[in-house]
Amino acid sequence: MALFGNLADKLQETFKKLTGKGRLSEADVNEAMRQIRLALLEADVSYKVVKDFVGKVKERAIGSDVLESLTPGQQVIKIVNEELTTLMGAEQSKLNVSSKPPTVIMMVGLQGSGKTTSSAKLAKWLKNQGRRPLLVAADIYRPAAIKQLQVLGEEMGIPVFSLGDQVSPVLIAEEAIAHGRSHGNDYVILDTAGRLHIDEVLMEELKGVREVAQPNDILLVVDAMVGQDAVKVAESFHEAISITGVVLTKLDGDTRGGAALSVKAVTGQPIKFVGMGEKLDALEPFYPDRMASRILGMGDVLSLIEKAQAVVDEKKAQEMTEKMLKAQFTMEDYLEQIEQMKHMGPMEDLIGMLPGGLGKQFKDAKIDPKEMTRVEAIIQSMTREERQKPDIITGSRKVRIAKGSGTQVQDVNRLLKQFSQMQKLMKMMGDTKGMKKKMRGKGGFKFPFL
Amino acid sequence: MGFFEKLKAGLSKTKEGFASTVDTVFSLGRKIDEDLYEELEEALIQGDVGVETSLLLVDRLRARVKEDHIKEAEQLKPVLQEEISKILLAGESGFPMKKGELNIILMVGVNGVGKTTTIGKLANYFVSENNKVLLAAADTFRAAAIDQLMVWGERVGVDVIHHQEGSDPAAVVFDAVKAAIARKTDVLIIDTAGRLQNKANLMAELEKMGRIISREAPNLQPEVLLVLDATTGQNAISQAKIFGEAVPLTGLILTKLDGTAKGGVVIGIKNELNLPVRMIGVGEGIDDLREFVAEDFARALFE
Repeated sequence: MALFGNLADKLQETFKKLTGKGRLSEADVNEAMRQIRLALLEADVSYKVVKDFVGKVKERAIGSDVLESLTPGQQVIKIVNEELTTLMGAEQSKLNVSSKPPTVIMMVGLQGSGKTTSSAKLAKWLKNQGRRPLLVAADIYRPAAIKQLQVLGEEMGIPVFSLGDQVSPVLIAEEAIAHGRSHGNDYVILDTAGRLHIDEVLMEELKGVREVAQPNDILLVVDAMVGQDAVKVAESFHEAISITGVVLTKLDGDTRGGAALSVKAVTGQPIKFVGMGEKLDALEPFYPDRMASRILGMGDVLSLIEKAQAVVDEKKAQEMTEKMLKAQFTMEDYLEQIEQMKHMGPMEDLIGMLPGGLGKQFKDAKIDPKEMTRVEAIIQSMTREERQKPDIITGSRKVRIAKGSGTQVQDVNRLLKQFSQMQKLMKMMGDTKGMKKKMRGKGGFKFPFL
Repeated sequence: MGFFEKLKAGLSKTKEGFASTVDTVFSLGRKIDEDLYEELEEALIQGDVGVETSLLLVDRLRARVKEDHIKEAEQLKPVLQEEISKILLAGESGFPMKKGELNIILMVGVNGVGKTTTIGKLANYFVSENNKVLLAAADTFRAAAIDQLMVWGERVGVDVIHHQEGSDPAAVVFDAVKAAIARKTDVLIIDTAGRLQNKANLMAELEKMGRIISREAPNLQPEVLLVLDATTGQNAISQAKIFGEAVPLTGLILTKLDGTAKGGVVIGIKNELNLPVRMIGVGEGIDDLREFVAEDFARALFE
């Protein structure tokens, strides 16, 4: 991560040396392509996929658009981003629906990829849309797998069909679908056991289940943290049972998720959903463009903007952005931010969405929800003037503030220091052209921090 | 089947990717040039070794070529294996079992890596070595995780200390350590809930469990093992770093090595964080847990 933390920065750096030359040679482009290649490999995109991809980007980059552009670095990033998005699938993909209910969805994948949790989440997602899903416990191998699904089903108020762990999954599937049909379930979700793609016996079993279930969707559940092996796994499953889509799980972690690209590239099948947390409603539709920027290390700026916009008054946010970029940000603004942030959800979710370099800076700052409350108390103990001009806070003022907020003078000092660092950081961001544009372009984008 | 054969068996079905790339790189009669080094770097990355460590290995190989006056590409393969073994072996200690006193093993990791299954196998391993084993079900979060561990406890014939689902895992740890001391247990293995390392609150919960152990058994150095799925890519490094900040890690267990993934990322982890691999999981069976042998592992990467 350290070496190629932020591809965008790297490329800017590479192309900085070239300004004034007026022309990009093939050698220059080659250097940029090496950066892209390594960044994608670091993000766990499959080697083969990277090779094809870089070839495509290079072809376009050596073409006219880069040469005529004023900022070649940005241009290359744009091409990379566009190509990535194209590769990932142009638009959001939906579930297949059977003309004659029930619609059958079969969940398959390696052990530990998150099939059971994803099955439950999918059932809940369908239920929220007014559907009547039936969950089917077809994992007869892992100890307590059936129990796990039953517990989840009960929690959500969704029926779970089981014949115990002594009946073959093929028979379970057959009876479950008949059961669903006669009980008015319009969706039947088969939770199959985790298996290795090279386990011939168990892969045969899957074929058997598919045969009787005639599923409308076969979703391969893939852990977003998986490395170069993703290609082999996806290829093998696709070859054996022709998957129709992918569920990418554990994307709420800090992985780049290059596997998404590999799986899409080798199977040609779309990613239909992503798992974004342990809670049962943490299943979201997949947006190819956002995943592209995440793999590139540009963070999920779009999602963050949306999330921020949902809670923040637009005009206010615009003002705030301007202030931040000009570093005219005061303690009062800071306090307001903290209050707004409380409505935006857990910190780590937000940090995960920040562009690579920034996300890391904030992570290093060790954010702790309790710390946030403490900061709030300290600022509230300041006078109006102190909030506007923290520079005037002298020793005796610090003692008063510490007393008023029930903290120590060290805490006050720490906050003042953090605040001044933050101002510097914002100034830096304000100086970064791309960031400024992005933030302004979206009608103001409020930056979560501390 | 030995560990090496088992690894090979898993790999033989997919004779492509890393192994065959390496074979091409080191093919007979090839000249040692820049292209070769670049291809090798790519091959290592393809084995999930990671960019940083791959570059380091390639540099070491360059140095060896000079020192040992190597001329033929095919001579490089054993040299590369040796260099990988060196990284993996540095500071190797094996399972540090203390006879006659309580050994506490805390198992941590992200979701779905196989913590509970590994604990079942590990319990079996210790029982077969005539140890008195106790398990603690401190994964109180995932539905039916406690049941899963209890099934294993029954299979192996050891007791499981457990509370209700949703209860405080630190309280389970507290009870388990107390019970282990009172019962004069040799090995206490604690199962924890899978957690992604960027969830601050869950890492704090883990930290608390660590604190309870050091408070209740102050003279014991617990073995804290990060369970790692062999299919995991570069995120494994972040996992090792951040888990280590919450509870100081003492080693790794690499699971699911019976698939086609070879777990090359452990070379990077050993190189950057100096964490040894203690055991490897090579199948679903109760005895499919093996001791880690660096040379075998380095060899299996290329077979």
